Amino acid sequence: MTADVAVLGVGMHPWGKWGRGFVEYGTAAARAALADAGLAWRDIGSIVGADTVRGGYPGYVAGATFAKALGWQGARVASVYAACASGAQAVAAARAQILAGLADVVLVVGADAAPKGFFRPAGGDRPEDPDWLRFRLLGATNPTYFGLYARRRMAVFGDTPEDFALVKVKNAALGALNPYARYRKRVTAEEVAASQVVADPLRLLDICATSDGGAALVLSSLEFARRHGAHRPVRIRAVSTVTPRYPSTVLDLPDIATDSAAAVAPAPEPFRASIARAAYEEAGIGPEELSLAEVYDLSTALELQWYEDLGLCGAGEAAKLLREGATALGGRIPVNASGGLASFGEAVPAQAIAQVCELTWQLRDAAGDRQVAHARVGITANQGLFGHGSSVIAVR
Amino acid sequence: MSRTRTPVVAGWFTGEGDGFRLLGTRCAACASVFFPREDVHCRNPGCAGGELQEVPLSRRGRIWSYTDSRYRPPSPYVSDPELPWEPYALIAVELESERIVVLGQAVPGITAADLAVGMAVEVVPGVLGEDTETTWTTWHWRPVEVTA
Repeated sequence: MTADVAVLGVGMHPWGKWGRGFVEYGTAAARAALADAGLAWRDIGSIVGADTVRGGYPGYVAGATFAKALGWQGARVASVYAACASGAQAVAAARAQILAGLADVVLVVGADAAPKGFFRPAGGDRPEDPDWLRFRLLGATNPTYFGLYARRRMAVFGDTPEDFALVKVKNAALGALNPYARYRKRVTAEEVAASQVVADPLRLLDICATSDGGAALVLSSLEFARRHGAHRPVRIRAVSTVTPRYPSTVLDLPDIATDSAAAVAPAPEPFRASIARAAYEEAGIGPEELSLAEVYDLSTALELQWYEDLGLCGAGEAAKLLREGATALGGRIPVNASGGLASFGEAVPAQAIAQVCELTWQLRDAAGDRQVAHARVGITANQGLFGHGSSVIAVR
Repeated sequence: MSRTRTPVVAGWFTGEGDGFRLLGTRCAACASVFFPREDVHCRNPGCAGGELQEVPLSRRGRIWSYTDSRYRPPSPYVSDPELPWEPYALIAVELESERIVVLGQAVPGITAADLAVGMAVEVVPGVLGEDTETTWTTWHWRPVEVTA
């Protein structure tokens, strides 16, 4: 087990399609997190930015971009990129600096301004780049991969499109209660079933949108938190950033094929399950101790997959867990009390940070109408393409 | 003027008709198979690295999963914006002896409704698209029972 770090402040810019730049969303979130922490920007010793690939050069050096926008004050800077897992990597970098004694208090910021429609690869002819190849050779957009996973679950476990729709119904009801969510309307199963098929068997309302948004955290050592007067802060107990193990046998974005298991037997647990296990081991906490989970529901079917990968239920039991209401607010283990990506849409580098914001509000008992009763332990889970694990466990 | 037939990516497949095969590589030291091909170094972390030899993959496999693309994918996928979008099915196929899953487009005319997980399919030569000078060739998966 490693030592804890304190979450002194959290902040977000509402998700949406605002038509402005990522820097504005990120700095708004940063100022909100600083205010929440009761700290001034000049008190911050280090800033870590989660990069975006959609903002030109300033997006690749997000830490410095946000530092300049907030006003240069000499803080140590880092910028990290790990696709959808960028936010967790930023948290991991900040935590490592704090635990190493390099910084007392660190600002973590991620923000994105998303284009309309499908994400697409960077330009140019790049036959060495799997992300370019899957579009050029197959036209395989992100939703087609979500469709493959969903169909596989239907064939192997007997999940149905109606099960998938229930995930959306649950998350939309929670998102309706979250002022930072982009979609704040309840959705019915009939509305999901009536939406257009995007990638069989998934429909438009099964698939998360792409959004503008920004999220930020102020993290510190427990000693700094005490000196600052935060005697019982939310604490981050584990950050998992593991990679897959060869051979990786689940077809994954952006690859055209899996590794071959002909010569080497695959590990008994698939990659996503290993992400959570690493977090549980680091925290010394098991899934039975969780109060809530925030998972990366890029599609409704993928949320069900996470239930199993987090150990909330056995393989193939996720739809049953959902139908029993265990993952709804008031259930045994509420999942995506924030409304999830279904209600937010994905703002890539902000999303894993936003998950930690939600855990923090919940663990502080400050989540308003979507509060999970007696929340003590929360987990986030996420996966960035090209093999980035991301999971954070927070406690109070 | 006849167009030149050119593989959309070099070295990934070869042959015509029944002789068509996907091409991978196999490590001479540990027998790991790679598709897309690895030509520099074996990616098995437990292998010191052997010579990577080109190897044709099994022609037939079984459907691991499938989906389709109901909306026009963005560039660099090439399609004629003047024409209505024609959805196509995508199939992920498990090759038994290589223990690998390979994604590909289904042959034209096959829809998701024609497919099932576990169904036998075979790899066949296909055309991804054409421009003024070139017919870009690729691989397609075709259900064994169907001759579309």
